[in-house]
Amino acid sequence: MISKISHVNVWVDDQDEALAFYRDKLGLEVREDVTMPEMGNFRWLSVGPVGQPDVAFVLMTVPGPPVFEPETAEQVKALLAKGAMGALFVTTDDAQATYEELKSRGVEFTSEPTRMPYGIDAPFRDPFGNEFRMVQELDENND
Amino acid sequence: MPPVPLARHLLRAKDLIDTRYGDPLDVAALARAAHLSPAHFSRQFGRTFGEAPHRYLLTRRMERAAALLRTTDRSVAEICWDVGLRSVGSFTTSFGRTYAMTPTAYRAAHPPAARLARVPSCVARAHSRPRSSTFREDSAPRAG
Repeated sequence: MISKISHVNVWVDDQDEALAFYRDKLGLEVREDVTMPEMGNFRWLSVGPVGQPDVAFVLMTVPGPPVFEPETAEQVKALLAKGAMGALFVTTDDAQATYEELKSRGVEFTSEPTRMPYGIDAPFRDPFGNEFRMVQELDENND
Repeated sequence: MPPVPLARHLLRAKDLIDTRYGDPLDVAALARAAHLSPAHFSRQFGRTFGEAPHRYLLTRRMERAAALLRTTDRSVAEICWDVGLRSVGSFTTSFGRTYAMTPTAYRAAHPPAARLARVPSCVARAHSRPRSSTFREDSAPRAG
């Protein structure tokens, strides 16, 4: 039986820029930042929310050959920039307050917090095109 | 740091269409969101997303209008405004090109699911009746 989700891959164009966004703007903590010279300076960079230590985003640059041939790498980068990589879903206790806090740090929201049947949804994108849906879940019994 | 791909700028305009189609958006406003000249913007948007920006905006508006016709009893004129259009005449024309019928005919052709089955109204009312919170509470089995 699978016990937990531990890491989720997120493609980025640049890991330094990704670190500046995910750590300094979103406020996530760095879990692992390891560069391996024996693997062509492959850098394993992971971040996660403070208070949820058992799951992390791995901020991964799109690899070239021999992992991906150049055409595949270009296709993945193009899909990322077009916003076609699929959304990542996160939660917050207070959508309005977090929206204002992150917006003041320069996070690019695509909409103001909006009430939906499942909660208050404040969608934003990272600098590379990844979509985030930040949702304040509502307790249906207290509505 | 690698240069920002053009598509990432175009995505801002697409996001604007997806979230703000109810506002009176035009191609000039969309081009500003992508930091491009309108002509360059329209061409590149079409290449990237397969549809010219004004077409994509209209598609989203028609999709939303169709959903509002199916699921609400708002008037055609109100729905026209809800989706960011200001002329009922051009709304009806665009809707007809998209769905091959008028908004009124579309609404009539897509009745709410409850109307598809001929449930007698007294039965429908009985089944949609709210349940009293004290209903039979004195005879309910005790917990534990």
